[in-house]
Amino acid sequence: MSANFGELFALMFSAMLVYNFLLSRFLGMCSFFGVSQKIDTAVGMSIAVIFVMVVSGLSAWILNLLLVAWHIEFLQILVFVLVIAALVQFIEIFVKKTNPVLYNALGIYLPLITTNCAVLGVVLLNLNQNYDFLQTIFNTVGSALGYALAIILFASIRERLSIDELPPVFEGMPAAFITAFVLSMGFMAFNGMIKV
Amino acid sequence: MAENKLSDWAVLTAGWIKQNPTFVQVLGMCPVLAVSTSAENALGMGLATLGVLAISNLFISFVRNIIPNEIRIPVYISIIAAFVTMVDLLMHGYTYSLWVSLGIYIPLIVVNCIPLGRAEAFASKHGPWQSFLDGLGMGIGFLGAIMLIGITRELFDAGTIFGYRIWPSAYNVFVVALPPGAFLVIGLYMGLFRYIGRMRSEKKPQGSENK
Repeated sequence: MSANFGELFALMFSAMLVYNFLLSRFLGMCSFFGVSQKIDTAVGMSIAVIFVMVVSGLSAWILNLLLVAWHIEFLQILVFVLVIAALVQFIEIFVKKTNPVLYNALGIYLPLITTNCAVLGVVLLNLNQNYDFLQTIFNTVGSALGYALAIILFASIRERLSIDELPPVFEGMPAAFITAFVLSMGFMAFNGMIKV
Repeated sequence: MAENKLSDWAVLTAGWIKQNPTFVQVLGMCPVLAVSTSAENALGMGLATLGVLAISNLFISFVRNIIPNEIRIPVYISIIAAFVTMVDLLMHGYTYSLWVSLGIYIPLIVVNCIPLGRAEAFASKHGPWQSFLDGLGMGIGFLGAIMLIGITRELFDAGTIFGYRIWPSAYNVFVVALPPGAFLVIGLYMGLFRYIGRMRSEKKPQGSENK
């Protein structure tokens, strides 16, 4: 194993806080602004994303071995997108059967995880960085937790903000962007914490 | 094109302002936020997305009647992924430095909501020619939005536009090029556009608001 556990945890925390997917890499923005009006939906969305992200991150890593062995790396994008789409379909059926309330709350955003850049983003980043299997696990889990952390924090702020009086031109989306700006500034404070 | 009454021009211009994918529909925000640090990157990203959008819309419209309804989304994604792979390889070959600076955001055009959104909302219901125009129009709207943000961020970060100096570097606002700055610039632009929209609708006498 090329990395010891200290380094692995550093990798996980840097993926979670320093290079937060939502706030510093800007992946998964649609869901970040789309389902963050209420904390409940944000929590549901993050659970779904954590699951899809971890499973697809690992299966993509294994599939990539095959692609490399057969010298068809140019098919990477296509294959990974299809893997993610299949997984999302599976989760959609699962959630619909087990938790209809959550299913209705997530609405269109559940199938849209397929086009959630964060999921494909973490897969591609893992491969670009040539992580081994353990590093892939830690990086993926860290990214997924970071996504959940950021979207739940953001939803909490927006929920509180929705009962305030804002300048009318900034109500809704513009205010959400300014909120994200402040939150992102906060996360920048983690920059010096971990050196990778 | 018997199935609709939209004129070609209306289809083409819908995405420019009225249904602008970035500022009005708030779709496909990832690249807008991530690669708008300079005007050049923004132009490259905008053109790549425009190409994928127009061609995939055209293609999906051709095959729209063959695809079974249940599996249409995976089919759309595969078609889009194929074109994105082509763009990725083309950019790797011809514009290498741009390809390096855009990084993983080129393959991520696949999961940009705009191409899939347009495929689902427009190309699956309209003829090839209008779908192509729709993709072109939405692409132009996206290009315009990302260019506007790219130029603004480059100007305030480095005092330049496409590398030409506009004002001395002493006036630069450091935060604009950092990740938080992307949120700030877009938030302020959205507020500005809404303000302009209000001013306009207030000027007009009541009831004459034509769309």
